This record gives sequence, C-alpha cells and structure tokens, in this order.
Amino acid sequence: MPMNNAPSSVVSASKLGLTFETGDGPVHALSNVDLTVNKGDFVSFIGPSGCGKTTFLRVIADLEKATAGEITVNGMTPEEARKSRSYGYVFQAPALYPWRTIEKNIALPLEIMGYSSVDRKARIERTLDLVNLAGFGKKYPWQLSGGMQQRASIARALAFDADLLLMDEPFGALDEIVRDHLNEQLLKLWARTEKTICFVTHSIPEAVYLSTRIVVMSPRPGRVTDVIESTLPKERPLEIRETPEFLEIAHRVREGLRAGHSYEE
Amino acid sequence: MTAVLRSWQGTFALLLCLAALTSLPLMARDAPSPFGTGSFTVIFLLVAGAALASFSRLSPPLLAMTLFVAPHLAVWLLLAGIAGNEGKATFAFFLMVAACWLIAWRCVTVLSGIRAKSKTGDTFLRLLIPAIFGAWILILWEAATRGAGIPFIILPPPSSIGARLASSVPILWADVQQTIFKAVLFGYVVGCASGFVVAILADRIAFLRRGLLPIGNMVSALPIIGVAPIMVMWFGFDWQSKAAVVIIMTFFPMLVNTVAGLGASGAMERDLMRSYASDYWQTLMKLRLPAAMPFIFNALKINSTLALIGAIVAEFFGTPIVGMGFRISTEIGRMNVDMVWAEIAVAALIGSVFYGVVALGERATTFWHPSNRGG
Repeated sequence: MPMNNAPSSVVSASKLGLTFETGDGPVHALSNVDLTVNKGDFVSFIGPSGCGKTTFLRVIADLEKATAGEITVNGMTPEEARKSRSYGYVFQAPALYPWRTIEKNIALPLEIMGYSSVDRKARIERTLDLVNLAGFGKKYPWQLSGGMQQRASIARALAFDADLLLMDEPFGALDEIVRDHLNEQLLKLWARTEKTICFVTHSIPEAVYLSTRIVVMSPRPGRVTDVIESTLPKERPLEIRETPEFLEIAHRVREGLRAGHSYEE
Repeated sequence: MTAVLRSWQGTFALLLCLAALTSLPLMARDAPSPFGTGSFTVIFLLVAGAALASFSRLSPPLLAMTLFVAPHLAVWLLLAGIAGNEGKATFAFFLMVAACWLIAWRCVTVLSGIRAKSKTGDTFLRLLIPAIFGAWILILWEAATRGAGIPFIILPPPSSIGARLASSVPILWADVQQTIFKAVLFGYVVGCASGFVVAILADRIAFLRRGLLPIGNMVSALPIIGVAPIMVMWFGFDWQSKAAVVIIMTFFPMLVNTVAGLGASGAMERDLMRSYASDYWQTLMKLRLPAAMPFIFNALKINSTLALIGAIVAEFFGTPIVGMGFRISTEIGRMNVDMVWAEIAVAALIGSVFYGVVALGERATTFWHPSNRGG
C-alpha cells in the first residue's frame, strides 16, 4: 500500500499506465510510471512531445483516468482529491473568461467553492499582489499582455486553499525575456506560499532553474527514464544559470533525454 | 483641372443645368400652371450657385451648410411646382432634379469627410448623413411618380402615403396593437423562451439531444408559413393563431442556435471548471451560457424579423377585421395602395426598432466578443 506509508507524500504513483483506444489501435500514453512527489517539492516533468508528461499531470488532476496501476493524491484517489478541491491547475493558455474582469476571473473558483464575498475580496487582493498585478483587477483579460494574462491565471489557481499547484507548460507561449522574469517570480511565489508544484515543460534551463527534482520522460510508451535531484540551493538568482553546478545538472537532463530517444530507435 | 476634379458632382450639376436651359420649359406646353420665369430663375441660381460653391475652398462645415440648403430648397420649389401639373414634367425638369441630387451627393461627401470633435457632433453627423441619403430616395420617388404621372395603383408618391399615414393613425395604431403587441410580442417571447429551455433540456438529456435535434432540423426546413391556415383552424381567428405561427417560426432558430452556443466553450475552459469540481448548473451559468450569448443573440435577431413576417402573413389566412396583415390584404383588394404602403412603412419602422433594441442588448452582453471589442 503506497497510501499512508509516507505522510509527506502528496502524489504517489505506482505502476501507473494509461492507454488511449484510438481508431489506429491503442496508444500507450503512460506505462509503468513509479513516482512520489513530496510535500513542498518543485517537480518538473520534461521530455519530448508525446512522452506523457501532460497526460500524467492530467491523471493527477483527474482530467484523465489511469487504466493501470495506482495513484493517490493527498492520500485519496484523484477523483476524491479533485472533489475536495485539493489542487489548482494552470493550463498552457491563460483560459481567462473574456466576459469577466481579472478580479472576477480570480473570483470564479471562489464563487464555485462558496467563499463569502468578504473573503473573496481579501483573497483577490492578496493573490493579485502575489503575482504583481495589483491595480489591474478591473481590466478585462483582452486588455492585458500575454504574460500578464498568464500571471492572472496563476493568481486564479492560488486564490483558494489548495496545497498542490499543477502547471502545464504555463510559460510555453511567452517570449524568453518574459519567461525568465516569470520563472524568477514563480520561485519567489513558491518560497512564500510553500506549495507543492508539479510543472510540465520542454525547456531544459527552465526545468533546472525551477526544480528540486526533475523527472525526465520519453515517448512511445510514455515512461519515466530518469529522476534527477537538484543540488542547487533554494535561493536562486537568475545568474545561477551560468554556474558549473547548473550546467552539470542541465547536462544530465540532456543526457537523460537523449538516452530516451536512442532507446526508441 | 484640379478644381474640376475636386467636385465632379459640381461639374456634372453645371452641365445638367446648361442642358436644362437648352431644353426649357420645365413643364409641357399644355400644363395648367407652368413655372413662372421668376421661380425658374430662383431654382436655376440656387443650383448653379451651389455647384460653383462646391469648387470653392470654404471651410467644410460652411460648405456643407451651403450645399445642404441650396439643392433642398431648389428641389422643394421644383416639387411644389408639379402640383396641378401631374404628368406634365419635361426632360428639363428631371435634369434640374438630377442636378439637385448631385449637389446633395456632394454635400454628403463633404459631411463624410468631417471629423467631429465632440461626441454629440459625431452622433449628429452619423444620423444626418443617412437621413439625407434616405430623404433623396423619397425625393426622387416623388419627382418620378408625380412628374411622370405614374399610375397611383402602380406606385403612389411618398407624399400621399405620408398623408394617408397621418390621416389613418387610429386605424394603424389599432393594427399595430393587434399584430405587434399581441401576436408578435407574445409569440416572440414564448417561442424564444421555449426554444431556449428545450435547448437546455436537450443538453442535459441525451434522449432529447439525439432524438429531437435531427427532427428539429427537418421541421425548420418546412415552409412554416404554410401551417398558418391550420393554426387558424386550431386557435381561431384572433391573435392567438398568429402568435402560434410566430412561436413555431421562432422556436427552431432559437433551439438550434442555443444548442450550438452551449457547445461553443473551449475544452480548456471546461477542464478548468472540472478542476474546481464545479457542478452542472455552475458550469452552465458561469461558463457555457456566457459563451453561448453571441449565438443566442444571433437567434434573437433572426427571430425579430421572422416574427414580424410570420404574424403579418398569417393574418392573410383569416383574422378579425383588424391587424396589419388583414389591412394589407383587404386594402390592396380595394385598390387603396397608399394604405398598403402606409402599413409597410409602419412595419419597416417597427421592425427596425425591434432589431435595434435586440442589437443594443447584444452590444451590452457580448461586449467581450472579438467582433464587438473595438466599439
């Protein structure tokens, strides 16, 4: 039973598999994934397209159902975890509702979860502050830049009390400069909120810069090929990316990705 | 040369004036009361003067004012001169009308080029330009029908339609009450509301979605107006049978559009709601209905015109002695074409107001949609 042996484990998967039945036969999106994410971890999932990193995140979120193996989220099944609102999910696109202001977008989960209006107001203010969007609450999403919209969507995921934050390539569509800036802010935010973060990316520097652990995955079938513990300190200025230690970890990730590919061919 | 190009309408207007001078008089020789030399001179000076003014470098507002007053005064004198001389207008008369029209065209061109500084000025211009445009349709219509003596039952002049409108206000008002306030409004509200409710039910219940919608598509292809006599059989001669036709006509556009709209929200937005463990009604109210609003307003706009057509045409098949469709079908039989046109004018006016109100509601509700953001 992987369930209660580690009270600090937030996500725990063993022999997890997911097969999509398609017209062209079964597609093995995930196969034999064993992984534990501990409380307070920042875990990145990296790999080429089709390696199942997003699918794994969606299984944690109960947006997909595993077809083999076991997984628990906060000691519950993913469905129970979803119904007890134990995670916030940040998608590849901001997915803000254009008919709501930024404030109202952040209020959306709070309205659904039945927070009082006084509480909502306080939380909106706090999370807008957290993502440096104070003063933009009355704007509509389409009046903001792409980077600001994605920050607003992070604020929306932080507004309610979920200790787990699932992020699916949240900065994938942004340019390098904005992305660096948001990475730095995300680390500060993680330090301040002490949330557990699962982060999907296909950028090696992003994964190494952000994570305490990096999960390297490879496709067909989607599986974990390497798990790398970061030796970088918790305090990380952007310049850390020039240090030999950083480059060493990045090198290991690259090797892991390459190994995954050669295995296939 | 550049001066000539600056106002080609002015150049042509001058040429038309010269052509009119060579083919005088303005009325045939046997006309009972032809134009006096004095009034012709005034008309000619107004038109030629305005044409010359259009080449000048006056400030646009002043120029527009000149070009507005002169041709309209001239054409008013021309039209007033037809009284008693119906059908006696000569080629020269129509040349002068055409010259006035060209100058009014120049006036609209100048007005279109003006950038108003204040918001009220902008609104004024936005109303004035189409008003001049529309007025000229009526002026040309009046000049053609009365000047050339077109038979009344083929096309009555707008002035007699207007006179008929003014003298028949109580009848028209009773018709509007019967057709619009009873049949159209009742039918529209019930038809749209039931289409909307059934769309929600079809979304919730797979049996309805898979069984009713294909049938709905087939029914909406039927010539619905053909059921009007049957509705009269079922619901009697009064407005209820017309409302029933309107309900049938408006139900399916609303159903089909709402169903399409409910499917318009993106997969990511729906996943987001799922991640909040949002229930069916919360997702409906907070995501799917707002996302469906552009579709729903589409249906409301289509239905606003359909309802009017349905109610008027349905009255052709049996009705008490009041109602717009009844009036049209009986007055045409009595050769009272001006009354038919008066009803058409009222229907057009009400249809525009109806459509406009729905469009305003749309602008207020779907301001966020990419097609509305600019304004």
